[in-house]
Amino acid sequence: MKKLLFLLVILSIASVFIGVADLSLATILAGDTEAIELLLISRLPRLLAILLSGAGLSIAGLIMQQISQNRFASPSTSGTIECAMLGYVLSLVFLGHGDNLLLIFGMAIAGTLLFIQFIHRVQFKNAIYVPLIGIIFGNVVSSAATFVAYKYDAVQNLSAWTVANFASILQGNYELLYIALPISVISYWYATRLSAVGMGKDFATNIGLNYQQVLFIGIMLVSIMSASVVMIVGQLPFLGLIVPNLVTQFYGDNLRKNIPLTAIIGAILILLCDVVGRVIIFPYEIPISMIISILGGVVFIFFIVKGKQNV
Amino acid sequence: MSDAMKLTGLVVITILFTFLFIGVGLDASNYAYFLSRRVPKVLAMIIASIAIAQSSLVFQTITHNRILTPSIMGFDALYLLTQVLVVVIFGGFSVLLLNPFINFALSVSIMVGFSLLLFGFYFASNDGKSNVITLLLLGVIFGQLFDNVSSFFMMLVDPNDFLTIQASMFASFNNVNQELVYLCVVPLLVVSALLFKLAPILDVFWLDNDNAISLGVDTRRVTKQVLILVAIMISLSTALVGPVMFFGLLVANLTKEFFHTYRHKTLLIASSLMAMSMLVSGQWIIENVFSFSTTLSVVINFVGGLYFLSLLVRQKIQ
Repeated sequence: MKKLLFLLVILSIASVFIGVADLSLATILAGDTEAIELLLISRLPRLLAILLSGAGLSIAGLIMQQISQNRFASPSTSGTIECAMLGYVLSLVFLGHGDNLLLIFGMAIAGTLLFIQFIHRVQFKNAIYVPLIGIIFGNVVSSAATFVAYKYDAVQNLSAWTVANFASILQGNYELLYIALPISVISYWYATRLSAVGMGKDFATNIGLNYQQVLFIGIMLVSIMSASVVMIVGQLPFLGLIVPNLVTQFYGDNLRKNIPLTAIIGAILILLCDVVGRVIIFPYEIPISMIISILGGVVFIFFIVKGKQNV
Repeated sequence: MSDAMKLTGLVVITILFTFLFIGVGLDASNYAYFLSRRVPKVLAMIIASIAIAQSSLVFQTITHNRILTPSIMGFDALYLLTQVLVVVIFGGFSVLLLNPFINFALSVSIMVGFSLLLFGFYFASNDGKSNVITLLLLGVIFGQLFDNVSSFFMMLVDPNDFLTIQASMFASFNNVNQELVYLCVVPLLVVSALLFKLAPILDVFWLDNDNAISLGVDTRRVTKQVLILVAIMISLSTALVGPVMFFGLLVANLTKEFFHTYRHKTLLIASSLMAMSMLVSGQWIIENVFSFSTTLSVVINFVGGLYFLSLLVRQKIQ
């Protein structure tokens, strides 16, 4: 844990000083106003956005895996992200602007709720069914979103909205991501109840929990968190899936203990990918969604193949 | 209704919509221009339909499964990745790429090698007895991964090189790759004829692996042959109209619901006709009734995705 925190701090410092415009510690200490402005308006917001979205999305994935009792569940394999996209398109088309939070969060929550109810009703024998059905459900929802977008000439807005890139983060346009803080706290506080709900309806009711209510709160936490990340940053596919799995691999299955670990590792991973994306074709940038989806896809395939051998 | 009548019905629909596509609004003054635009477009759709239908059908036979199709298993995306890699390795302006024939031949041969590798990864590991659902998930993730790697390389290459990829990359039903159309006719006919020659063996193959072996089919060799043909067909269809994830699944399953036969000779023809009539009529309806307010692939993905979900749930219940 201490080593991880240390790594996170080192990477954060590196991230602040990597960029097209020169920024060095000396100029900041010397009180150069230009350097300080650069730091406050662009570099620090970018760093904060990276940390918040990486940590928040990983926690969302962890909760999702608890309430569905499936280690391959996550916001990107349950249609949550795609439903948020549909909400965005509807808001764009009917309200004329794409930032009606109520519509975007509402669609994300509704879609996730539908999916969770469905997989709870049809008890799948094989764990692999859940991500597969989630991905295809997401495909169907996203083609519905594309259909609407196509009809009202909003395809370009939609694709620009979903490609993740931290380059456009500036002071003033990322603050919604602070929502990750209360969500982490609530998740931590609710952790045991969420785990109990994951054991099934009968078990949860037996030990005196309001099953529906806890389930709904869990889904709300996941949906709002992942929808906010898509809104501000874009899609970070598989992040919510691989980070909790890596943590479980090395540290076991205690949800409350794993929440801070998941948050730190998620933040480190996103920070690393962002730095790589900025360095590869310097001074240009590769959108982070590309890097994280390649990395995430490979790790996910590795998990599936490994799981297959265990069966 | 007999199979022959159903076949005739599909032929009639296909011819009707082909005629509507090509014939409407032609007169003596404009026919030269209109024909030069419309004929390649319809031809591309027909070639792609045949390629998608037949490749999905025989792919299901060699995998003994009604849910797996090449495009769901990521082979479409693999072809696009191959195209990008060829540009990255050889550069956008090499002779190899400027000549569409050599470019296409090169991409197809690399694609055949890659698909054998991918297929080996899917099936060789445990003697073809892997869990179908695991395979499907792997296929879907591989497809996404190939897409992402392609876009990654597209960001990296020189903008001039990118232009050469773009032409083949963004083929779709509204933007068929007209340069390649006539080039594709011959390979399609050859591959299709070879599949026809294999048809009796495929009938036996569909029984299942053990029965086929005891009836004297060299399953390994046939699998490999069929897979090479499938890889070529996927290259043809993806190059002409771009990737369409669920079309092969829809066509192959509808064909098997409609035609109560297990003879591949009939099934190959029936599925091709089914695909042609669906694609040509669908595209015509979208252009004329919806006046281009959507694209056919969006509709196919929506309907096909729902159908795929229902197949999965039904399979689980059985």
